[in-house]
Amino acid sequence: MIRIGVPSKGRLMQDCFDWFGARGVVMRRSGNDREYSGVVDGFDGIVPVFLSAGEIPRELAAGRIHLGVTGSDLVHETLADDEVEELARLGFGQADLVIAVPNVWIDVETVDDLDGAAAGFRAAHGFRLRIATKYHRLVREFLTAHGVADYSLVDSLGATEGTVMNGTAEAIADITSSGETLRANHLRVLSDGLIHASEAVLWSSRTAEWSKEDQAAMGRLAEVLGVRRQSR
Amino acid sequence: MTPKPAIRAEGERLLAAFIAAGAVPVETDLLQPAETLLDLYGEDIRARAYVTDDPIRGEMMLRPDFTVPVVQAHMAHGADPARYAYLGEVFRKQARGSGRASEYLQVGYEVFDRTAPEAADAEVFALFRDLLAGLGLRPVTGDIGILMAAVRGLETTERRKAALLRHVWRPKRFKALLDRFAGRAPVPVARLRLLERLATGTPAQLIAEAGTFVGLRSAEEIAARAEALAADAETPPIRATEAALLYDLLALEAPAASALSHLRGITPMLPAIEPAVGRFAARLDALAARGVDVATLAFEASHGRTALEYYDGFVFSFHAEGLPPVASGGRYDALTNVLGAGASIPAVGGVIRPELVVQVRGRS
Repeated sequence: MIRIGVPSKGRLMQDCFDWFGARGVVMRRSGNDREYSGVVDGFDGIVPVFLSAGEIPRELAAGRIHLGVTGSDLVHETLADDEVEELARLGFGQADLVIAVPNVWIDVETVDDLDGAAAGFRAAHGFRLRIATKYHRLVREFLTAHGVADYSLVDSLGATEGTVMNGTAEAIADITSSGETLRANHLRVLSDGLIHASEAVLWSSRTAEWSKEDQAAMGRLAEVLGVRRQSR
Repeated sequence: MTPKPAIRAEGERLLAAFIAAGAVPVETDLLQPAETLLDLYGEDIRARAYVTDDPIRGEMMLRPDFTVPVVQAHMAHGADPARYAYLGEVFRKQARGSGRASEYLQVGYEVFDRTAPEAADAEVFALFRDLLAGLGLRPVTGDIGILMAAVRGLETTERRKAALLRHVWRPKRFKALLDRFAGRAPVPVARLRLLERLATGTPAQLIAEAGTFVGLRSAEEIAARAEALAADAETPPIRATEAALLYDLLALEAPAASALSHLRGITPMLPAIEPAVGRFAARLDALAARGVDVATLAFEASHGRTALEYYDGFVFSFHAEGLPPVASGGRYDALTNVLGAGASIPAVGGVIRPELVVQVRGRS
């Protein structure tokens, strides 16, 4: 059986059902609403495994699921480049990981300015300019590539936009889809502050065991879905 | 895989040689406070070091490097002058498939001596050369101090010099800044737009118009930088002849003796580098006195700029084909100042990776 990890709730789950359903692979939760098991109608050899979107990268990397649908931000944040293979971008779940600073920073427009502000901030306050985020790796790689120094990343797992007002960070790096929350917290995105444009992606595990039957099923599935076959 | 006992035996041999050269053996903790290392190296160190967490001591790092703890120990209660030797594991994350070890032994030698820095540079280099003799390694040297002196001597604003010095260890960013300050790259469009906006009012007005004030970065800091940006826009580019000398210096790669003649040739046009070039000359004399052939010794002015950012003078490394540097080191006077809370002492040292020594010896 091909095990496919599917987000277990919310908009992402529904969009995922719709995407597969439109291609004749009809997924649904079985039993009652609280039960995390499911079935696929109209296609043999595949079973949905309902997981939190954040757990899907790890399960793919460990090979406990063959396929999985989750945001590209979560995969790039937690896995090395070659741990999973991208089969298809699904066109939903779009959100941008961006760097935002206070509106009142009239001297800061770009990442280059952020670096300049960080130098001055450290000199004035004696500690590095704090950027609140939960995407440590993506943010660090982005800032390193841009040659930004004198910053520190502080962990924020929720309400990241509020950290600046609360005095626990000077800037933030977070996912935004509309920017409304940023505006409400008196923040704005740097003009070149797009770190990652995320969307839902169908991934294939490189470590899962594929039996003969699984490989055959995958061949049929790739055809029905109109996606690239996984490369082994 | 090289057997661990063979690696340790090689490490012990080198350690004994360092001790015989007058060093006191030192031990440092495997767990180092992350904060000190992060403050020195920035967040990038997280990508390279293993971070762990202690409920009481906070974030700790598995020792990525000996220099910092050895300097700290020296600054806290060291003799003056002092020589130290150590042998132990360091830990570095490696990219998947790189084939590089993430845990390996380093054996090192550090000299803290105020009297004759160039003699100390030569002492360390010659000691390493002797211990690595017969392995066919290729030594490369450099001197970040010359580059830093050249930047300090530029005829431009202190602000621009500080920006360049701050990024001396990030060559790509350094080059981008230099290109901009020298007028070789156009002012970015985003900066032009920003300058236009800043010209529409005083910083205080613009900050007030921007809405609710949030964050710890004060209105004074913001205004000061806004004014500095406007002033910088009026600053003439670094003169083309002066910039050309700096580009030339960045690319300088030659045998050490020829590099010295070349640097002496450009010193009249870049007088600020004279003391640094003088130190370079004194070092070559000291190296020659220890039997180093400076007519063939490789010198690269940008050598060591991408290593951990604390070397600020002489740098050196020993290379074998297809391997990471077998040995590397350099001078880090400024680091002792940072870690010494005001006190400082000239310092130079280096490390050898015994595993690589064993590997190279096995080839021949």
